[in-house]
Amino acid sequence: MNFVALRMLTGDRAKYFGLVFAIAFCTFLLENQTSIFANILRRTASQILDVTDAEVWVMDPMTEYWDQTKALKDTDLTRVRGVSGVGWAVRLFKGNPVARTRSGRFAASFLIGLDDATLAGAPRKMILGSWERLREPDSVVIDKAGYVLLFPGEPLRLDRTLEMNDHMVRIVGISDASPPFASLPVMHTRYSEAVNFVGRERTQLSFLIARPVPGVTPQELTGRIQARTGLRARTTKEFMWDCVRYYLKNTGIPVNFGITITVALVVGTVVAGQTFYLFTVDNLKQFGALKAIGVTNLRLTGMILLQAFSVGALGFALGTGMAASFFELTLQKLATRHIVLMWQCVGITGACIFFVVIVASLLSIRRVLVLEPAAVFQG
Amino acid sequence: MESNGHAVSCHGVQKHYGEGETRIDALRGVDFSARFGELSFLVGPSGCGKTTLLCVIAGLLDRNEGDLTVLGQRPDDLSNSERVLFRRRNLGFVFQQYNLLPALTAAENVAVPLLAAEVPRKEALDRSKALLSRLGMEKRAGAFPTKLSGGQQQRVALARALVHEPRIIVCDEPTAALDHATGETVMDLLASNAVQPDRAVIVVTHDSRVFHHADSIARMDDGRIVEVTRAIGSFPPEVTEVAAPFHKEAAL
Repeated sequence: MNFVALRMLTGDRAKYFGLVFAIAFCTFLLENQTSIFANILRRTASQILDVTDAEVWVMDPMTEYWDQTKALKDTDLTRVRGVSGVGWAVRLFKGNPVARTRSGRFAASFLIGLDDATLAGAPRKMILGSWERLREPDSVVIDKAGYVLLFPGEPLRLDRTLEMNDHMVRIVGISDASPPFASLPVMHTRYSEAVNFVGRERTQLSFLIARPVPGVTPQELTGRIQARTGLRARTTKEFMWDCVRYYLKNTGIPVNFGITITVALVVGTVVAGQTFYLFTVDNLKQFGALKAIGVTNLRLTGMILLQAFSVGALGFALGTGMAASFFELTLQKLATRHIVLMWQCVGITGACIFFVVIVASLLSIRRVLVLEPAAVFQG
Repeated sequence: MESNGHAVSCHGVQKHYGEGETRIDALRGVDFSARFGELSFLVGPSGCGKTTLLCVIAGLLDRNEGDLTVLGQRPDDLSNSERVLFRRRNLGFVFQQYNLLPALTAAENVAVPLLAAEVPRKEALDRSKALLSRLGMEKRAGAFPTKLSGGQQQRVALARALVHEPRIIVCDEPTAALDHATGETVMDLLASNAVQPDRAVIVVTHDSRVFHHADSIARMDDGRIVEVTRAIGSFPPEVTEVAAPFHKEAAL
């Protein structure tokens, strides 16, 4: 009877394709919007996640997220290094100087100053040049998007110069740094150069990054640092989530995306669910005939579930394919680089579609089970 | 099991819908029997309870009062699932509106009762095609119902009712949606293919033009059997005239 169920499902092409595409578009919208939302929030912590050398971040106790920094004292570095379990700890500077090209184009940028001796935290994904050239004087590594922004339409080329706070700096590398939330150019240089480019304040130390000795977990180390120094210490993951939470709490992003996702969820699922339910209702006479002929309720239930899951699986696969194609295309664009279809979003959307299929199936099954087979005799 | 050659036996069967002021008595104590090897007609005006009685006999509706025996089995003695299986094995249905599944070909429609009984698909299709050939539909076996005429659809429906070789076939107004000539053809096919010594065929109809096919005619009115006729000349005048070609031998 599975064959009969599938033929009933596909027999009316208009309804069948309507059902498949309703689920496909619902899937596409949900996966698309949730992935973009998650990726945009992830961007708020891009520069944290790009630092793969360290596992622990130390900052002012009042710091809530990446863009909010209050300089630490230089002696804090020594205090942190003195905490047991610290394998190493180095300085990290973050500033927002304006970079200007010879042609006059300029842009505010993220300037990250790396420890002079170790260059810990340097970008590992290089497109052109080498991060080791940061040891040269007045050198910076700029991300590709920043380069394109400052030198639009020009080929990627090293040793071009930028003016930064009355300093001429030379591009020694082009990185593939993760895009920041504000889409500003991301530049890396040595700590001593960075404080020079930005201009002196009494204290300049934005963050300390550290790694525990073997046998000590990052969580244990953050606890020890906080206890010993009074500074705020977070693991990379915790700091990332701090940033995400900050933006969720203090911006309109979640509301805007929330509305879109909710509309996609409600409209998509209601349309898909209702279409399937109406499909069953339209076929009640056929189900009645099958009941009269002697097809058991269990078999009819199986037939409806098969129809619902077939159309759900096909619609979900199509929608996921559409979403994957969309992200594959947008991945090539600078503005939307690194925004990918997240497997978690696929999973959540799959759960939503599964839920819709189950609800629509149950409603349909109920309708068929309470159907009197005698109704089939009513002309 | 099936005593006195009766496939179906009803005594004092009552069926009502609703309660209180909305109660409708569809069957008011029906006595009816259908014999093996016969074509038994249930006739009467619209709303007299013919289809309700057919549904009660077929196990599609529960009666409220009275005794009912189908193939020697009292439906009350069966659980719901046993009743479904009993129906699947022993009954074939022909509906007024054919009720063919539009997504299936004629042969696939005929195979449905076999597929419901877990007969392998190929075997079911082979059997259904063979039966369609017997009914003169071999060239239309692969056609979908929408491409078939009313008479052809009813022939497919008839094949679907016969394919699993049930002991009882119930037909509800099988000629109502057909013109006279096509209705005659369908009734001829029904009489020649369905009626067998170990099978009973019950036909509900108010189409007096096909009465001559009947072996017995039970006339219903207002929820009761008011007359049972088994021989030529027994009909009331207006029925007798229409039933003049009635040529079967009287059983009584």
